[in-house]
Amino acid sequence: MATLSLTQPGGGFRIERFRRFIPPLAIVLLWQAGSSAGLIPPRSIASPATIIVTFWTLLASGELLQHLLVSLGRVTAGLAIGVTTGAALALIAGLSRRGEDLVDATMQMLRTLPFLALVPLFILWFGIGETPKIALVALGSAFPIYLTLFAGIRGVDAKLVEAASVFGLSQRELVRQVILPGALPSALVGLRYSLGSAWLSLVIGEQINASSGIGYLVMTARDFLRTDIIFVGLIVYALLGLGADQLVRAIERSVLRWRPSFVKA
Amino acid sequence: MRPVPLSAARHRADTEPAAARPDVVRIRGLTRSFGGPNILDGLDLDIADGAFVALLGRSGSGKSTLLRTLAGLDPAPAGTVTVPSERTVVFQEPRLLPWKSVWRNVALGLSGSNARGRAVAALQEVGLSHRIDAWPLTLSGGEASRTALARALVREPRLLLLDEPFAALDALTRMKMQGLVGSLWQAHRPAVLLVTHDVDEALLLADRVLVLAEGRIATDIPIALDRPRRHGDPGFVRLRARLLADLGVDEFEGEAVPAAPRPASRPVPAGHGAPAPVGA
Repeated sequence: MATLSLTQPGGGFRIERFRRFIPPLAIVLLWQAGSSAGLIPPRSIASPATIIVTFWTLLASGELLQHLLVSLGRVTAGLAIGVTTGAALALIAGLSRRGEDLVDATMQMLRTLPFLALVPLFILWFGIGETPKIALVALGSAFPIYLTLFAGIRGVDAKLVEAASVFGLSQRELVRQVILPGALPSALVGLRYSLGSAWLSLVIGEQINASSGIGYLVMTARDFLRTDIIFVGLIVYALLGLGADQLVRAIERSVLRWRPSFVKA
Repeated sequence: MRPVPLSAARHRADTEPAAARPDVVRIRGLTRSFGGPNILDGLDLDIADGAFVALLGRSGSGKSTLLRTLAGLDPAPAGTVTVPSERTVVFQEPRLLPWKSVWRNVALGLSGSNARGRAVAALQEVGLSHRIDAWPLTLSGGEASRTALARALVREPRLLLLDEPFAALDALTRMKMQGLVGSLWQAHRPAVLLVTHDVDEALLLADRVLVLAEGRIATDIPIALDRPRRHGDPGFVRLRARLLADLGVDEFEGEAVPAAPRPASRPVPAGHGAPAPVGA
């Protein structure tokens, strides 16, 4: 059966594709069994069945969606600010020596700072409204894109740049047609890091006196010992991260389709 | 040490039969160093319009430096260099932009409305009309080289600079590409400067061969062999031995220039793989 299906890829049922889902599934089943048997106290870990029911209830009441939209709004705003700023600074530093002198040392110093340590300062500066949360996401997502785009620009093959200038490309065309496309693969890796960093910032940010958002949902659930809701929050975070990653992969597949790995696929 | 006196090489009038054509390249007293001794040391060189000139030299002799100076990639701190503005380069590697399709690579930097049409025509001429929309990373070595040639061709250069363009290709592909360059040159007649360390390649293609040594043109001989040329021709063999001697290949030091036939195995200048098939 298995060997037969190997000869027709993309076709019928392939046991290999599903084999890797067996262990996590087994863990969930064991977990459910433990909960049902009373071995796992629901105060520590809610049972999978309860979590599913809670998930459904929160979804049906619209509560989950409402918090989700608030969180998505924060992350989108923060990412937009952070990625734009990081990319702009990377362009300034990457495309000219003067720009590098101006920007890079500062960025490299700030980058070594664990940005979550700035939370107390942000609360003092921006209060406890939306601003510190968005600012934290922006800060967390700016550095990865800066570092990778800067490295990507500097890593563009000098021979390609030289050839393109021989063939009469102006400075502007050189940047648009050679340097930026050459830096793109690296920048997209950075974008993925930025997204990951943005979710992390969101989780921390939403635990600062929030009154809405997935983080708020989780923090409130803690006060009422509702581990099922906490798990729902965790699952939503995981799904969001996964979705963001898939989004960047889709972007990669479309803009990097010149790479052989995508060409063959 | 060196069998050919330096001065013997530098009288162009003696060695260039087609001296009536105007020169497209004129170099006087070109000197260049990279901190150490001079790589190019008071070099003089003229290249006539439409001439196919091959430039030989050992590794580090300054061949590529000279080519880069002619291409405008390196400055000429001392001396005068006159080159036509319609010049272009085929580099040792194809240097295609991987994110642009083959025809866009050929059309790179072209202005005007029919850039695609011109690129496609050039690709047809090098035999790549079936790969017009391919991504460069999917091309074979030979196809990438053809693309690089098309990219040079489409610019209709008066001076075509070839920097060891086939050095990285396998022997069979290299022979095909040499034939292609020869026919393209005959069809379009740009002046060509082919930098190579392959004596056979120089003799197959060029009507004038230079050897660069100690910063100057040490040897400058016309190649009056009939085309198409064969590796086994007595004239070919004689010139080959002479050039190898000028390049300082040990076995020929002090040895009388051998008449045909050639020995079975013959050393080839360093940096080369298998010698080209004999009499193929």
